[in-house]
Amino acid sequence: MIKVYVSSVIDAGADTVWSRVRDFNGLPSWHPAIADSRIENNEPSDRIGCIRHFHTRDGGMIREKLLALSDYDYSCTYEILESPMGVANYVATLKLTPVTDGARCFAEWSAEFDCDEGRERELAELIGGAVFQGGFDALKRHFGRR
Amino acid sequence: MLQKVLRSTIIDAPIERVWAVLRDFNSHDQWHDVVEQSRIEGGERSDQVGCVRSFTLKDGNHIREQLLTLSDRDYKSTYCIVEATVPLQRYVATVTLKPVTDGNRTFWHWESTFGAPPGMERELHDVVARGVYETGFENLRRHLRSGADVRRGATPMPTALPLPARRIVVPRYGDADVLVPENSEAPAPKEGEVRIRQRAIGVNFIDIYLRRGWIPQMLAAGGTPGMEAAGSVLDVGAGVNGLLPGDRVAYLGPLPGAYCSVRSVPAAWCVRLPPAVEDETAAALLLKGLTADMLLRDLGRVRAGTRLLVHAAAGGVGLLVCAWARHLGATVIGTVSNEDKARVAREYGCEHVIVTRDYRFADAVQRQCGGADVVVDGLGDAARDENFAALARCGHWISLGQATGALAPISPDWLVAKSLTFSRPVVFDFVAAPAQLAERAQRLWAALADGALKPPPIERYALDAAAQAHERLESRRSVGALVLMT
Repeated sequence: MIKVYVSSVIDAGADTVWSRVRDFNGLPSWHPAIADSRIENNEPSDRIGCIRHFHTRDGGMIREKLLALSDYDYSCTYEILESPMGVANYVATLKLTPVTDGARCFAEWSAEFDCDEGRERELAELIGGAVFQGGFDALKRHFGRR
Repeated sequence: MLQKVLRSTIIDAPIERVWAVLRDFNSHDQWHDVVEQSRIEGGERSDQVGCVRSFTLKDGNHIREQLLTLSDRDYKSTYCIVEATVPLQRYVATVTLKPVTDGNRTFWHWESTFGAPPGMERELHDVVARGVYETGFENLRRHLRSGADVRRGATPMPTALPLPARRIVVPRYGDADVLVPENSEAPAPKEGEVRIRQRAIGVNFIDIYLRRGWIPQMLAAGGTPGMEAAGSVLDVGAGVNGLLPGDRVAYLGPLPGAYCSVRSVPAAWCVRLPPAVEDETAAALLLKGLTADMLLRDLGRVRAGTRLLVHAAAGGVGLLVCAWARHLGATVIGTVSNEDKARVAREYGCEHVIVTRDYRFADAVQRQCGGADVVVDGLGDAARDENFAALARCGHWISLGQATGALAPISPDWLVAKSLTFSRPVVFDFVAAPAQLAERAQRLWAALADGALKPPPIERYALDAAAQAHERLESRRSVGALVLMT
């Protein structure tokens, strides 16, 4: 089991950042690596069990299933059903935590998965770097860096 | 009704450093202002679960608290009040740290629940939230900023005092032998500055131009050259956030003065070093690597299939550009002055190497690939016509240096013959904002870590032998990067 953990500080309150990332169908609107997204079977994007079907900018198709969503904890957990990355048992959580001294929040994005031997580092770097840190960098840019 | 208090903050220090202080259940009288004196009862260790700390507050109150859980794995500790002269009832508190991987900082979460006598809920809530937690955040920040945690037991280093240092000066412009070492003083960091104990200093062609007096507005006679170095922070001036004594950093800046052992520079010039990057690698790589990043990404827009011509392909910048461009899928053509350099350039990803001592290469480039889309030119005037001839239609000519002499003016009418573009960049303009610098440095460290960039061979010289290093770089015999060690 490989674990990836990336965390950052975003210069906006958790409520504000959550409203940008909460929509399970909203990746293209904030993550620079994602080109398009739809929810299969026209389900609402906050229905637990719904599946988002999206493409990365380099053309890869990914299907992910929403496992948990909490507006109270500002957290969202999902699994990969289908992707070109070659990962199995992939479960990830994106979570925000308010920082009480100032309008900013602590953002964590973590994943656990299995993969073929020898690809651990490459995949951990891809997921932790381009996907998670890439997303945080976009949020930091959006909400302004101080 | 049970009161709940929750406060959190971000501390600009690595989690290990913050945790080293907080896991010690008896450390609070060293960093928290409200605590007068504290001891662990019964001679137990302060990280023994179940131990009791007995302490007095500055206001005269006395409290005994017991450590309930301590986890080095989760960076978490829980404790409760067992006896107190303040009316906090059933008080249980938890301290949790989490790493901020983006910037190597620490998220600190501090919460508690307790009962309060009727009518005192609000007052006690404020005491805990503001008087203990928020004040504690500020006090620990100050504690770390002063370096008190790292030099416990050692003689405190005098801060805000000049420190003895060694530096190289250019008493008058001229050849390499004008460089002389001398003893000096490194003044305390001013507002916004950090004082750095430098371990490795990068040597660049611009240092030679400064020594020769080609850019007198940048370096007056009597000044110290050098644009970049790596080392560790000794102390920080007022208003500096995010850097603490002991942090490993590297910097590059538009004002010379790096050829010395201790130097104060604006914190905005600095980047943190990842643990995997040695000081000498950072000094060899920072300015040259960020230059390569600027050349390939911003100016050359190099991608798969781009035909790139690199002069001095075995030099400090040249090798980095070759390796990175090749990784991006470009066709890399390089010029070098001898066979030894040709071998190294090939090793770093230069596919077609042209060995030339008289700056004749245009025919070979045209034959090899039909012209270059991008030329990285550190040669200057002697290669002016050949560069023009080597460029493909719509090519881009980047004039990075002038090793053979100042480039004669380039006429727009000349460029129009092939729809060429021409640029004359200075890397400092591309890292002027701290966010730009951090982003580019991050890309550089990532490229090093994933093998996209192979660090160049490094030739090391003692700081006092700076003159030899300059001679070597000017002789065109060196391969890779030159670094001065202190």
